[in-house]
Amino acid sequence: MSKTTEKTYKRSHEPVFWGLFGAGGMLTAFLTPVMILITGLLIPLGIIDQHYFSYEKIHGFATTWYGSVIVLVLVALPFWHTLHRIFHALHDIGINRGRDWQQVICYGFAFAVSVFVFTLLLQMLTAPSLFGF
Amino acid sequence: MSELTIEIDVLRYRPEMDNEPFTQTFEVPYTAEMSILEALQYIKDHLDSTVSFRWSCRMAICGSCGLMVNSVPKLGCKAFLRDYYPQKISLEPLANFPIERDLVVVMDDFIKKLEEIKPYIIPEKEKCLSEGTYQQTPEQMAKFKQFSMCINCGLCYAACPQYALDNKFTGPAALALLARYNRDSRDNGEAERMKIVNQEEGVWGCTFVGYCSVVCPKDVDPAAAIQLLKVESSKDYLIGMFKPD
Ligand code: SF4
Ligand code: FES
Repeated sequence: MSKTTEKTYKRSHEPVFWGLFGAGGMLTAFLTPVMILITGLLIPLGIIDQHYFSYEKIHGFATTWYGSVIVLVLVALPFWHTLHRIFHALHDIGINRGRDWQQVICYGFAFAVSVFVFTLLLQMLTAPSLFGF
Repeated sequence: MSELTIEIDVLRYRPEMDNEPFTQTFEVPYTAEMSILEALQYIKDHLDSTVSFRWSCRMAICGSCGLMVNSVPKLGCKAFLRDYYPQKISLEPLANFPIERDLVVVMDDFIKKLEEIKPYIIPEKEKCLSEGTYQQTPEQMAKFKQFSMCINCGLCYAACPQYALDNKFTGPAALALLARYNRDSRDNGEAERMKIVNQEEGVWGCTFVGYCSVVCPKDVDPAAAIQLLKVESSKDYLIGMFKPD
């Protein structure tokens, strides 16, 4: 028979990671194919003129405030998505030793990449422009 | 009447005499309208009366005849020989449950999980009979009706890889049932049940494989119920950050 004493419930912090996973998944699903199409096919085939994606153009974009936010989001969120998926896949294929460490390494890596990209963009934003824009 | 036959492998296990399960093959007369359950009844009546399996309604209502047909969770009364003929059919007890005997499994853990999610209406305040009935609009009913169609057959648990890995996971049918009560306008027990939902063993044990919804014979779509609950749990998490209880 079921016990009458009320169980203690422990709240999971999964919503945080699931939120990042979901947002990253949306980007990965919708934007990655477009980016691959443009950079992997349309530009090499000459359908889009490559000067639109020249170093100067992209650098110029990444050093505007909105451009840097877009780049950060486009890099960081898919990372959170991927590492979350890898973390759960480890459990799915039966690697159950050191789940805590797996978690620290997986999400820690995503966090480190996010911080790295953030710092890099910030540095580019604040550095004196090379091209005189 | 018919000359056609079909071969059926049945996984046998009688704990008092078998050390481990083994396969026994039967040859059963084939007709297109014969269900797997009828084939088992033919075996029990004419070939080997010691074969054990569960059944009752023969019409996909009672939920007792679940088993693995060629490794896919099915209701014996809703799966037909014609969909497999002339290939051999293999019948095994529902996956992810301990075998009690032959095709009968121990469902205690499943029943316990259904009980644990408080599967009853918890009203805001007790209403006296003289105050009349609860009123509900079709819209209010549509919010939960699908999730109330479960027949507790356990096929979704046999399908769930997360339950297979760790049976602490509350699982598809129990979470769908939980959603059914949380989404009912007559119910006021959401806060109590969200504690169950918010745990690792609650909705967060699910990685949205979705096979539970594929095998469900009543189109309950437990995977959808769980995803809706994940959204609710995330909202609850945000609220919890500002207003810890
Ligand atoms: S949700 Fe579907 S598969 Fe699961 S127990 Fe209920 S009826 Fe069976
Ligand atoms: S015998 Fe009742 S559901 Fe199959």
